[in-house]
Amino acid sequence: MTINLAIVIPFLMAILIPILYRRFTKLHIGWLVLAVPVIIFIMLVRLVPFVAEGHTYSHTYNWIPSLDINFTTYLDGLSMIFGLLITGVGSLVILYSIFYLSAKESLQHFYCYLLLFMGAMLGVVFSDNLMVLYAFWELTSVSSFLLIAFWHHRKASRAGAQKAMLITVTGGVSMLVGFIMLHMMTGSYSVHEIIRNVSEFTDHQLFIPAMILILFGAFTKSAQFPFHIWLPDAMEAPTPVSAYLHSATMVKAGIYLVARLTPIFGGDAIWFWLVTVAGLVTLFWGSFNAVKQTDLKALLAFSTVSQLGLIMSLFGMGSVAFRLGYSDSTIIYTQATFAALFHLVNHSTFKGALFMMVGIVDHELGTRDVRRLGGLMSLMPLTFTVAVIGSLSMAGMPPFNGFLSKEMFFAAAIHMRELDIFSISSIGILFPVVAWIASIFTFVYCMIIIFKTFFGKPYENNEGKPIHEAPIGMLVSPIILCVLVVGIFVFPNVLGQYILKPAMASIYPGFAPADVLTPEIHAWHGINTELLMTIGVVIVGVMLYRKLKTWKPVYRIFPYRFSFNELFRHLLEVLESGSNKVTTSYMTGSLRKYVLYIYLFFILAVGGYFLFSGGFAYSSANDAPVEIYELMLIIVMLLAGISMLFVKSRLTATLLNGVIGFGVSIFFVIFRAPDLALTQLIVESVTTVLFLLCFSFLPEWKREDSPKSVKISNAVVAGAVGALVVVMSFAVMYYDEFDSISSYFENAYELAGGANIVNTILGDFRGFDTMLEVVVLFIAGLGVYTLIKLKARKEDTDNEN
Amino acid sequence: METLMILLIGVLIAVATYLILSKNLIRVILGTAVLSHAVHLLILTIAGVKKGNVPLLEEAEAPYTDALPQALILTAIVISFAVTAFVLVLAYRTYQSNGTDDLEGLRGPENE
Repeated sequence: MTINLAIVIPFLMAILIPILYRRFTKLHIGWLVLAVPVIIFIMLVRLVPFVAEGHTYSHTYNWIPSLDINFTTYLDGLSMIFGLLITGVGSLVILYSIFYLSAKESLQHFYCYLLLFMGAMLGVVFSDNLMVLYAFWELTSVSSFLLIAFWHHRKASRAGAQKAMLITVTGGVSMLVGFIMLHMMTGSYSVHEIIRNVSEFTDHQLFIPAMILILFGAFTKSAQFPFHIWLPDAMEAPTPVSAYLHSATMVKAGIYLVARLTPIFGGDAIWFWLVTVAGLVTLFWGSFNAVKQTDLKALLAFSTVSQLGLIMSLFGMGSVAFRLGYSDSTIIYTQATFAALFHLVNHSTFKGALFMMVGIVDHELGTRDVRRLGGLMSLMPLTFTVAVIGSLSMAGMPPFNGFLSKEMFFAAAIHMRELDIFSISSIGILFPVVAWIASIFTFVYCMIIIFKTFFGKPYENNEGKPIHEAPIGMLVSPIILCVLVVGIFVFPNVLGQYILKPAMASIYPGFAPADVLTPEIHAWHGINTELLMTIGVVIVGVMLYRKLKTWKPVYRIFPYRFSFNELFRHLLEVLESGSNKVTTSYMTGSLRKYVLYIYLFFILAVGGYFLFSGGFAYSSANDAPVEIYELMLIIVMLLAGISMLFVKSRLTATLLNGVIGFGVSIFFVIFRAPDLALTQLIVESVTTVLFLLCFSFLPEWKREDSPKSVKISNAVVAGAVGALVVVMSFAVMYYDEFDSISSYFENAYELAGGANIVNTILGDFRGFDTMLEVVVLFIAGLGVYTLIKLKARKEDTDNEN
Repeated sequence: METLMILLIGVLIAVATYLILSKNLIRVILGTAVLSHAVHLLILTIAGVKKGNVPLLEEAEAPYTDALPQALILTAIVISFAVTAFVLVLAYRTYQSNGTDDLEGLRGPENE
């Protein structure tokens, strides 16, 4: 119940916000919103001991059971970590945003979107049903779109929002296809059910396609190379949003999915290679590109990309354990997954603090450009402290939590070298090498954040306003995060035992007791390879930072036009112009063409079906006998119909239409339908009069001057349609699988108290239909009246289109 | 009888289709009128003709002709009348404001 509430509360509040916003004009609406994540966070924290003992919690609410789609919430160690991150960081970010956003912004929209996101994100991590997970997944994309475009008067915001939306939703749709494939294989949408039966379908031919499609979704969401290009552009969002969605939570949804599905796909070599290599490439590319950024936020964006790659690659390395099976010697490989989970939490703490720090600098100085900033250390001492703690933790320095997880990352990469499956042995050395190089770049950009912003030449602002420290409200959140950064370093095993251990159990179900999977985290291991690697990172990093100017031209080697951004832009342009061409090629504004499309589709679909199914049947056995006067009437109507095509005057054509109409009413008499005959007589007379009336306002029709080819193609289509109707009608006549339902209405006298069956159907059995029919008649009458009364508008309004 | 009727209906539908595909507004409207005639006959014919007496309980003895298609057609006649009237007035207005009844000439500025 608690978990259902946790998902529902943000959505409820999102609905209430616009209403409350009008009521509480004096109060900053953020204070009300803040209550939501705080309450959910407390609710979750109370469940931590319960989960830490290895319990899980599940609740199912049947939604669409016929399609196997049920609203199943599931709480285990893994979803607990994410739930705590979403609500914990969410609380701090909302607290921060109260001071960051002035009351002049449209706060009700901002908080509405933010709550929408929070609810959707909680839905993603707590859903067991893949379809429900997918729905929430897309909802996070939508709310991210809305939040990036929050300052929608800026062009860059709109472009960034569109880019993020296009890339993540493309991935989402491919993920959906992957989920459906999983369902086709296993017959279930429940993750836990699939995990239980995983051994039965690993050889299925859809197994690999499903895996690749789902990974595509996860990679786009988590900004893995080469889909990372949307994340730096998404930094156009207000800083609280960047801190929340684009570093701490939403971009980790892809990582969550990878972790969640590791028990399903983890034993496969392709999974290992894709996840690990994508992660390592992203790690390197992100850190490499972060160094060249001049905008502090863009720098953090690339650093986020890089750190996401690090976590991703660790999950890839950890999946090896599934391949090897459980034994004392394979436990070592599960430690990569442990490091991933650990770094996931650490990254949220230090990166959240750094984003808030940049927001403060931006807020107080109006710029985030490292080329202009400098010398802020003495002016903003608290902000400086936050920056130092965050950066050093990110660089993997003691005494901060980043150091611990970075060491574990190095250890995991080194262990990869010893592995001799997946033909790793030949290139195993690359794992630690790439990890080490990427860490050097990470160190360099961390130095840039600290030194370029806070040391050196003092910042000169144009307005001459004195620079001062940020208001205390903005500093509370980053300082809390910094306390966590240090606190986790000092007491890492509290986190390990209560939060990470149950998560390990849910990633490796039935693998080994959770206690075995959870290592004791130590800051000091003695002098070993990992520590030497860290020392190497510091030495080389300091050298590279000092010589930054001399090697920076490296970045100009790749021209912009070969970048992924440019590729994306080009692709989008081609798609837009292409679809425009396709649309204009058939949407010509010609009514004839449009009607022709409909007829052709009808001929092809229905006619094609008849041709291939052999559905045609004909029998004249049940036909009623033909009287001579009926034959004469048929001939008259035939002649009238055909000659309509050739007459020169519209008057004759209208009268011929009248002949057909009256012929129809005579047939109604012959076919025992007196009511129809009467109605048809009246209606036909009035219609003919209406036509004649209309003619006095319209010009005499000219001969069709269309080219012969158009006429012939029209005739062919018309003939085909007529023939098809004939064929269809014969088949329908012959078909007698169902009994007629009409005998029911023959009790009209008892059921409806009328002797005329047709009348009772119209007035009683289907009285509601008749009422709506009268409404149609009334609307048509209104239309006729207004069209006649309507005076021609002024020319300029007429030519609006 | 039904076979003959269906052939007649086929011809009428072909005529209606040809008229609808032409570019004169009045021809198109006439085409829809013919089409609705054909469809009304089709519904009645497919139910089987002359299989019983008039569906009036006090006037005739069982078996009765199927009354359901008759009810359907009665509705259809009224609706098609309403639509024809509306389209005729629409044609009138179109001619008034655009000065042409040629559909190819009414394709909107960017297509002309």
